[in-house]
Amino acid sequence: MGMTMTEKILARHAGRDSVSAGDLLVSQVDLVLANDITGPPAINEFEKIGRPVFDKNKIALVPDHFSPCKDIKAATMCKTMRDFARAHEIKNYFEVGRMGIEHTLLPDSGLVAPGEIVIGADSHTCTYGAVNALSTGMGSTDIGCAMASGTSWFKVPAAIKVELTGKLPRFVKGKDVILTLIGMIGVDGARYQSLEFCGDGVAELEMADRFTICNMAIEAGAKNGIFPVDDKTIAYLKGRVDREWQDVEPDADAVYERVVTIELDKLVPVVAYPHLPENTHPATEGRDIKIDQVVVGSCTNGRLEDLAQAAEVLKGRKVHPSVRCIIIPATQEIYKEAMKLGYIDTFIDAGAAVSTPTCGPCLGGYMGILAAGERAVSTTNRNFRGRMGHVDSEVYLASPYTAAASAVTGYITSPEEVMK
Amino acid sequence: MSKVWRYGDHVDTDVIIPARYLNISDFNELAEHAMEDSKENLTVNFAANVKLGDIVVAGKNFGCGSSREHAPIVLKVKGVKCIIADSFARIFYRNAINIGLPVLEIGTDVEKIEAGDELDMDMAKGEIKIVNKNITIKTKPLPEFIQKIADCGGLINYLKGEQ
Repeated sequence: MGMTMTEKILARHAGRDSVSAGDLLVSQVDLVLANDITGPPAINEFEKIGRPVFDKNKIALVPDHFSPCKDIKAATMCKTMRDFARAHEIKNYFEVGRMGIEHTLLPDSGLVAPGEIVIGADSHTCTYGAVNALSTGMGSTDIGCAMASGTSWFKVPAAIKVELTGKLPRFVKGKDVILTLIGMIGVDGARYQSLEFCGDGVAELEMADRFTICNMAIEAGAKNGIFPVDDKTIAYLKGRVDREWQDVEPDADAVYERVVTIELDKLVPVVAYPHLPENTHPATEGRDIKIDQVVVGSCTNGRLEDLAQAAEVLKGRKVHPSVRCIIIPATQEIYKEAMKLGYIDTFIDAGAAVSTPTCGPCLGGYMGILAAGERAVSTTNRNFRGRMGHVDSEVYLASPYTAAASAVTGYITSPEEVMK
Repeated sequence: MSKVWRYGDHVDTDVIIPARYLNISDFNELAEHAMEDSKENLTVNFAANVKLGDIVVAGKNFGCGSSREHAPIVLKVKGVKCIIADSFARIFYRNAINIGLPVLEIGTDVEKIEAGDELDMDMAKGEIKIVNKNITIKTKPLPEFIQKIADCGGLINYLKGEQ
């Protein structure tokens, strides 16, 4: 029986010839990740086991959620992680000023290669499927245990094949693809399953689009999302990953629970209304929804390509007087590159605030919290009740194009309307 | 006898424990904010009124969203004996097992359980009895490997036992 990409990676890491959906197995992992919120409890659990770290080069610790530290409590948590990193000589600890948002930073730093398994105490760890890795989010106890053992237990997920055809229209991006998919299958449509992307449309998607799509696989309940490797993947990995890797392709007779087809040509810019990412509507229908804030950034859409979209819209335009626009490059490298390309000038000239990398506003941590009754259009990943601040505030999820266009008009706006 | 706290579909971890409190390291202090952003909390405050041995019952996809283990932890700290749902989001499910908080996935049978019902649980037999309605729901056993982790009271104890 043929295997999916996810099954092949699990089989190889568990030392088995084949696996199939539903199997429970213990597998080696290639990288174990935690952040400043999930790291301290993971360290606490790790210390209960009383063993050394399995490999100081295969643990990544990134203070990005409440960092640069927003208050004394956050500073204490970051210190716990920093002290642990020093004591155990963790190679991939990223300090403020050299860090970035974990799910952009890790692949950009060459820490993830095709065919590898990455587990992280953060639900958006699923992002690295864009480079053909099997990556998935877990809790702090799992991560604490994996820091000691270098292994974890997995249930082999059934898979949904997502067949992408055609080519994206202008102003329609990876964010619109994944929001449309979640709108089609629902926030639990891929629960405990793998989303395996394939079809001739894959070649048309840039790496930034693929990262955004895999990042939000969890928002459909998926264990992971994964793309095959092509020329664009190899171009991205060049200069980042210098070790050998073994990428995987699905077998022709791989078993899928179902097939979902998305015709990229037919997609339009969409917005997910509160309070679930499945509440997708065409952006053109949002004219009556006035907004107070726009956020461009996060592990979902803080890459250089995302900032380029925002800059294209904001160039020579102004953020609407009643809107606060906050733009957060995902890493220091991206920040610097955006500066060189003039994007940061464009943002500041337009009246936007630009920040050092942080997850801050996405989870209602800091750096852009909403008051009761306020609305934000955000390129982040969740629009749950109270996600970005007060429980009576609202988050509308969109692409950087749509978010920037909405920042200009002050209401939910499709990019075509501003860019015509 | 356990009192039921009833919630709907897609209760996310931001509702179970809002991220604005995740700078609190003390789980007893953190647990005072359990379920704070739920719609149901507008009527009855969960953290202030939940009693040791109470049961959380929910619809589909309970615990979706963030991987924060703080979510099952605050429910456990507050004395919740187990969570029964139509279905669970996978990371929450895994986290609950790992910290030794029983979770029972019973599909649409969950619709028989309403707020305020009184439940009698027999974990060994896999039976949930709705005492005030005289209804008994049979649950499916956990896979053996997961049952072992649950029996040890969580993953750390399980790993310690393996050493």
